[in-house]
Formats: sequence, C-alpha cells, structure tokens
Amino acid sequence: MIAKQETEEPVEEFGQEDEERKEKRELVIPGEVIATGNEYLPGDWAKREGQDIIALRFGLADKSGRLIKIIPLSGTYMPRKGNVVIGKVLDITFNGWIMDIDAPYASFLPLSECSKFVNKNDLSECYDIGDMLAVKVLGVKRKGIDLTARGKNLGKLEEGMIIRINSNKVPRVIGKEGSMINLIKKESNCDITVGQNGIIWIRGEKVEDELFAEKAILFVTEKSFIEGLTEKTKVWLEEAKNHPKDIKEDKTEKKKAKESK
Amino acid sequence: MAYTKRPDGRKFDELREIKAKVGVIPRADGSAMFAFGDTIAIAAVYGPKPLHPQHLQNPEKGVLRVNYDMLSFSVNERKKPGPSRRSQEISKVTEWALAPALQINNFQNTVVDVHITILQANASTRCAGINAASLALAHAGIPMIDLVSAVSIGKIDDKIVTDLIKEEEDYEDGEGATDIPFAFLSKSGEITLMQLDGRTSTKKLKEAIEAGRKACKEIYDIQKKVLKEIQEK
Repeated sequence: MIAKQETEEPVEEFGQEDEERKEKRELVIPGEVIATGNEYLPGDWAKREGQDIIALRFGLADKSGRLIKIIPLSGTYMPRKGNVVIGKVLDITFNGWIMDIDAPYASFLPLSECSKFVNKNDLSECYDIGDMLAVKVLGVKRKGIDLTARGKNLGKLEEGMIIRINSNKVPRVIGKEGSMINLIKKESNCDITVGQNGIIWIRGEKVEDELFAEKAILFVTEKSFIEGLTEKTKVWLEEAKNHPKDIKEDKTEKKKAKESK
Repeated sequence: MAYTKRPDGRKFDELREIKAKVGVIPRADGSAMFAFGDTIAIAAVYGPKPLHPQHLQNPEKGVLRVNYDMLSFSVNERKKPGPSRRSQEISKVTEWALAPALQINNFQNTVVDVHITILQANASTRCAGINAASLALAHAGIPMIDLVSAVSIGKIDDKIVTDLIKEEEDYEDGEGATDIPFAFLSKSGEITLMQLDGRTSTKKLKEAIEAGRKACKEIYDIQKKVLKEIQEK
C-alpha cells in the first residue's frame, strides 16, 4: 500500500530500469562535455556552454532523444513536496516537533499535522525525542521543510528495524510502480516503508525475515545499474530461498549445534 | 654553480608519482586521497547541511567552508596540533581556489564542509589538498562546472621546475628558490589560486604559468580516470 503512495512521486525522473534506452548510460564527471551540437537540449544537472552540453554533477548521462540529463549517483537528499520520508524526532517545541530527515534544511512537524489527539501540555506523550516517524513533506520553504503525519501509514514506527541506503538509489529499490518493493515484501513477508530520503523501515514476524529483506534491499542497491533488475532480483530471491545459505540457515545450524552440545 | 640536476633525478617538468583514490572515508558524503610522491592529502566533504552558527548563513547562496590541517606527525619536526596562522591561511586560499568551480547558489542557508588533512608532507601540501578536495566534492555529488587541479611550480636559481619537494624549496644558491602554487579550472584554464613566495621576473612568471597549465593537464587526466573508476556501491 505504501509503495503505491511512493510511486505517485515523479520517480520516472530518476530513470526506471525498464525505460526504453536509446544509448547506454555513461559515467560522467563535472565539467565533462557529454555531447556537441545544437540539436541536444540540457536537462537536469546539465548545462549548455556554446555548442557543448556539459555535466554539472558526477553521475550517469542519460540521453533520451534530444534531451540529456544527469542521473546523480551521490549527494544529499533534497526534499520535494509529497515525498514520504522517515525521520527522527530531535526536539519538542510548544507547538510541534523538530525532526531530522537527513535533508540540508531544518524540518518541522506542527501539532496540527499530528494524526491523533495530543495533550497540549505534554507533546512527548504523542511523539517523544528519539522516536522514528514516517512523515510526508508538505512543502519546502525558505525557512525549512514542513511535514505532516496525517495520512495512511504515516506516524510513529514501532518495532521492526531501520536501515539506511543512498537516497539516489531509492527509485531502484521501489522499482517501476512499486514492482521491486512489492516483490521483496512478498518474498520476505515483511512490511516495508521506503522513505525517499534513503531510510527504510522493515517489520516482519520474525527477525530472520527482516534480515532477509535487508539483504534483498542491499542486493538491489549494489546491483542498481543492471538492466532488468526486477527479473534478476526475482531469480536471486528464489535462489536465496531454495538454497538458504544465508541467515536463516546459519541461525538454525547454530541452534542445532547448541542442541547437540 | 647553476642548478642542473634535481635531487630526486626528475626532469625539470616532471611530476612526482601521483596516487589518487576516491571514497576513502566511508561515513563522509564524499572523500578522496591525493598524493604527490611523499605528500599525501585526504579530503572529506559533508553537506550541503544547515550552517551553524546562524549568522554565517547566506540567504542568497550556499557557503563553502574549508578546513586544512596537518597531522602532528606529517612533518619531520612535530607540528603542534590545532589551527595555526599558516593553516588558516591555507584553508582560506583553498576555499577561494575551489569556490569558482562550485554551483551551490541554490542551496541557500547551507554549508558544504571540506576537511583536508595532510597525512605526510614533503612540500606542495596545499596543491595536493586542493586536488583531493576537488575529487571529494565531485564524489559527494555537489554541482560543479569543472574540476580544479593544482600544482606547485618553482623557480630554483634560474630554472622553472614543476612540483617542488622540500629540499628544492630550501635551495639557497644563486637566485635561490621561489615557490608558486597554482590552481586551475581544468577545462577553461582559469587561474583560481596563485601565490608567490620569493622573487621572480614577469617573464619567468609567465613561463611558470605555462608550466603549471601543462602539469595540471596531466593531473586532470588522473583525476578524471579515478572518478570514472569508482565501483558502484
């Protein structure tokens, strides 16, 4: 369900794996000339300089028709309106919570955007310092980021585990229309929320399931620039399940070893 | 006695062996190591992130902040740890050398922090530092129009010499030693850093600039190569 919300984001901007590709993507460095000629147009993180199109960031150059854009591989998360992110409560003020969502600006969750009834005298009853919350970006203003916890699957995250990945890999982990994340959810029997800021919350029935989901996500981020990744992940998940050399087996072996002692 | 041979046997326009690596500090947003022979610099980039204290924030554009430091064991005689007049000066000139390459005007009220540490010093530490910082900034995904390459050019007696070592900096015969560190925007060739420690004529200075351009082309090729070799993580 959550994945559906996430795919409402303009993910295709970051390039989806099964998007038709005219030319192979090439790694470019800042200042490098990607193409020469007036027929090309500079897209995201590209710039025209005379006849040349130059890269402004370290990343992969993506040519789709006449448009050339750079898909960044690194860099901090820049919040956009509508993004679902996971953050930590840093501080409590008289009218809301200050949060850390790994963005370059301060973010604030006002009291009015909390989904449940709050005792105004003690905001910590609702969300305390150090709590992890799933929140949505309402808007990015000069002063900072406004958040909301009203909405489906938003609010305090209890139990489960949190992992962190490079935020530029998030579109890969979600996949086209959530195909990748739904696959991982199904195979691992876990509930997963992927924040656009690269923080991922995993909750399963058993710790083993959670670790399995984590492994699968890390597999996706490592192999993030292979074509047809969803298919590959499917195969990998099958293999990991059928030949469980991983965590599950390790644990049971250890148990067996203990019992035999 | 004229200066005819360099102490380490290099040609006058030959650089020391260059080693460079990107991603040496896993917890930083971007990092790099750059070495000219015995001179080793590492750079770590953090940000863009909120800038504190708040009065340093610029509501019109992002701020670049560079911190250069030498480790106490990096030189022959123990260096007292902590900031010094020299390290503050180098931090500032490095900041000015890198700033023209950056495109951080859209990151209002934020800072990009660059921490340069010299692990081992044998002259031209600021140049190694700038090269490392340039790689680290690119690795951190900071928007830039160009990379920055730096090299130190010297005039030893009456010879123009590329990439000085400590022994050459201390040369005292004849006209003595003049040390001129340069930094260039790699593609456009604009000079972003030029300092001069000693004496030189205008003619020799022009020769030095040309020698610097030539050396920086080589350095740029290496910077480009290491950035392109980054393994997907």
